[in-house]
Amino acid sequence: MHPVIKLVAQRVALGILLLWIVSLLIFWGTEMLPGDVASAILGQSATPVSLANLREKMGLNDPAHVRYMRWFIGVLHGDLGTALTNGKDIASSIGSRLGNTLFLAFWAAIIAVPLSIVLGLVAARYAGRWPDKVISGVTLATISLPEFVVGYIAMFILAVNYRVFPSTALIYDSMTLWQKLNAIALPVIVLVLVVLAHMMRMTRAAILNVMQSAYIETAELKGLKQSTIISRHAFPNAIAPVVNVVMLNLAYLVVGVVVVEVVFVYPGMGQYLVDHVSKRDVPVVQACGLIFAAVYIGLNILADVISILTNPRLRHPK
Amino acid sequence: MNDELKYLAGRAAQGRVSRRAFMGRAAALGVGAGMASNMLASAVSAQGAVKGGMLRAGLQGGESTNTLDPALAASEVPAEVNYAWGEPLVEVGIDGSIEPRLASDISSSPDAKSWSFKVRSGVTFSNGKSLTADDIKATIERHTDENSQSGALGIVQGIESIDVSGDMVTLNLHTPNADLPYLMADYHLLIQPNGGKDDPTAGIGTGPYTVEINEPGVRHAFKKNPNYWDSDYGHADEVEILVINDNTARIAALQSGQVDMINRVDPKVVNLLRRDANVQIKNVAGRGHYVFIMHCNAEPFANNDMRMALKYAINRQEMVDKILGGLGTAGNDFPINAAYPLFDAGIEQREYDPDKAAFHYKASGHDGSPIILRAANAAFPGAVEAAQLFQQSAAAAGIPLELKREPDDGYWDNVWNVEPFCASYWSGRPVQDQMYSTAYLSTADWNDTKFYNEKFDNLLLAARAELNQTVRKQMYSDMAHILRDEGGLILPMFNDFVDAIGPRVAGWTDNPNGEMMSSRALYSCWVA
Repeated sequence: MHPVIKLVAQRVALGILLLWIVSLLIFWGTEMLPGDVASAILGQSATPVSLANLREKMGLNDPAHVRYMRWFIGVLHGDLGTALTNGKDIASSIGSRLGNTLFLAFWAAIIAVPLSIVLGLVAARYAGRWPDKVISGVTLATISLPEFVVGYIAMFILAVNYRVFPSTALIYDSMTLWQKLNAIALPVIVLVLVVLAHMMRMTRAAILNVMQSAYIETAELKGLKQSTIISRHAFPNAIAPVVNVVMLNLAYLVVGVVVVEVVFVYPGMGQYLVDHVSKRDVPVVQACGLIFAAVYIGLNILADVISILTNPRLRHPK
Repeated sequence: MNDELKYLAGRAAQGRVSRRAFMGRAAALGVGAGMASNMLASAVSAQGAVKGGMLRAGLQGGESTNTLDPALAASEVPAEVNYAWGEPLVEVGIDGSIEPRLASDISSSPDAKSWSFKVRSGVTFSNGKSLTADDIKATIERHTDENSQSGALGIVQGIESIDVSGDMVTLNLHTPNADLPYLMADYHLLIQPNGGKDDPTAGIGTGPYTVEINEPGVRHAFKKNPNYWDSDYGHADEVEILVINDNTARIAALQSGQVDMINRVDPKVVNLLRRDANVQIKNVAGRGHYVFIMHCNAEPFANNDMRMALKYAINRQEMVDKILGGLGTAGNDFPINAAYPLFDAGIEQREYDPDKAAFHYKASGHDGSPIILRAANAAFPGAVEAAQLFQQSAAAAGIPLELKREPDDGYWDNVWNVEPFCASYWSGRPVQDQMYSTAYLSTADWNDTKFYNEKFDNLLLAARAELNQTVRKQMYSDMAHILRDEGGLILPMFNDFVDAIGPRVAGWTDNPNGEMMSSRALYSCWVA
């Protein structure tokens, strides 16, 4: 077997094992929370009788490992189960939410990834001079603010004061693509600002690291232009660390946007998860957790594979 | 009396009776000036309702777990959504009187044990079917069924049998209840074809709108129901509810014109929001209240001197000012205020009095160990701060309160109804009987102060069957005194409903029955 295929197979198998452990952890975590789904649903209107009825109906009286196995076997059959709170099929509810989250993540990534890499290259080209300082300063400032603060500031300026974009990012099927893009403009701006710095700094650092190498000096002695050296000689060798950081940030765009979704009332996975966590809806929390974990693990595997493929020493082992 | 006043209000609105004459007549009929001018305002505005256009509300209180089944509605957005497509038999008016909706006439037997409702003729459901008495019977039956998990189960439990003859529905009760029409105004009891037994979540009803889009937790959109029977409701052609649970996002949506009205404005920002010329704050005193509850059967609260000591040791006005930002009224340790019919305004207001508190505390013989008060902001917004204020005002009277902050998660499970002294809230009920029966009757499911008082129970049951309003008012006054002086309830404040509207909204009338004009603002207002 080709060593690359073997490596990928190993990573995927490890990923599946990780997913299983994650599912155990999520289940254990929701078990540890105070109160159960019945008391969370009924809240202050709970009476002993109504609590008992609801627990019986939801099968909450079975021991934890029985409930876990019942759920696990369902998942192996491709059935994520039904939500305890509203009895809806989880897979179909998540479907549209996941689509929305990916839609937002996609547009944020489309802007953020090229922008951050270009900014990183520019910063490396003018390392220590004013363009580098401006780029680093601004991006570090935006990453240092919590994203809800960036969100509220953007909302205050662009929605309330100047009314350029809507303050709530509600999207629905009957909208045209252009209307949707207009609606999600603010969350996209916030997400871009939040992930920009990490990728930009990593690109800059990786390039500067490579720039210390002997072959760069050779290129300089050949009389090549600085920009050519960076794009032709330095960048291809800096791809591995950059890809890792890009993938981490892409994963963040999918799984870490809960706060941004809540602030902008965006109907994505984050908002859906928050609603159901507060109601202790364990099957939904598990399904969301599993999807989030799968996205994270999947993107990390992808990053590993790409860095292997871009490294000739790993691609052609002796 | 109400019909007469309403007629007069209409005449005054048309300019046929002077405003002064109207206010005079209203005073003669025993209606306060505030209520009378409110009625006049609503009558004036109803004259000029504009049809057409679109109104949007951004509301807190919706989750992706909501359904269209009115039996399961438990928060603001489902209540408002359901009023778009459905209607109850009767509703409670802004003056606390019963107004007919799908029942055009209401009458009772002299002993208040059986109540008859006449079905309004010529009303059709949005699926084309005519409204009949059988639909009403089936609706009530469905909510009586244990399996429906209806939020109105406690309300309809008292109904023994339902008779239908022609267009009359008669409800026969186990025990007399003079307040039955108020119970039928409950927001769960919306009349559905065949009672919703076929498909409770169909969203088919007789309301002013029909459901176009239903995305729980995100957006609900409605179109005007062309066959709607009542011209006083449903002015805009389209209405839409956006679920915006984040406080800041809701205000931004209103300020940026994305929505026309919002609910639950945080009292902390009300004064900032007033500076925006495009925004009007609409606050109205309702029946909801924030409380500290003591278990009357647990030490040290089993001693009435201890309870009195704590009641005197709380500074109610300070809490209204600091916790509610002035948007509320001080409580008086019984759960009734002027928003209720038959309220006795003559009961003396209890004030903060460290001397009396110290006196009762000494009389209680408490050993001086700290008294633990548990609070979390899940109990009500600002509960922890309110408990801190309580701690300080009690310390001035020499009472050692120890504040224990609890997590929001699991508060209703592990603290409320379990620990003997904690913070909580009540959203109030339309009538006194319902409030007292829900939480202060010895046998009540939600007797969260563990208050067992035979005299109080007897008065409550007697008042329920009493059709003479003067006698009844006295009974409720006696009960209020008992609860105020012996109960486990410390009631520092009644909170206002605080909504806000944008420049496009006309026809807003303050309604003490609930936030957003008792959940009907989108259907009662029109585009200015």
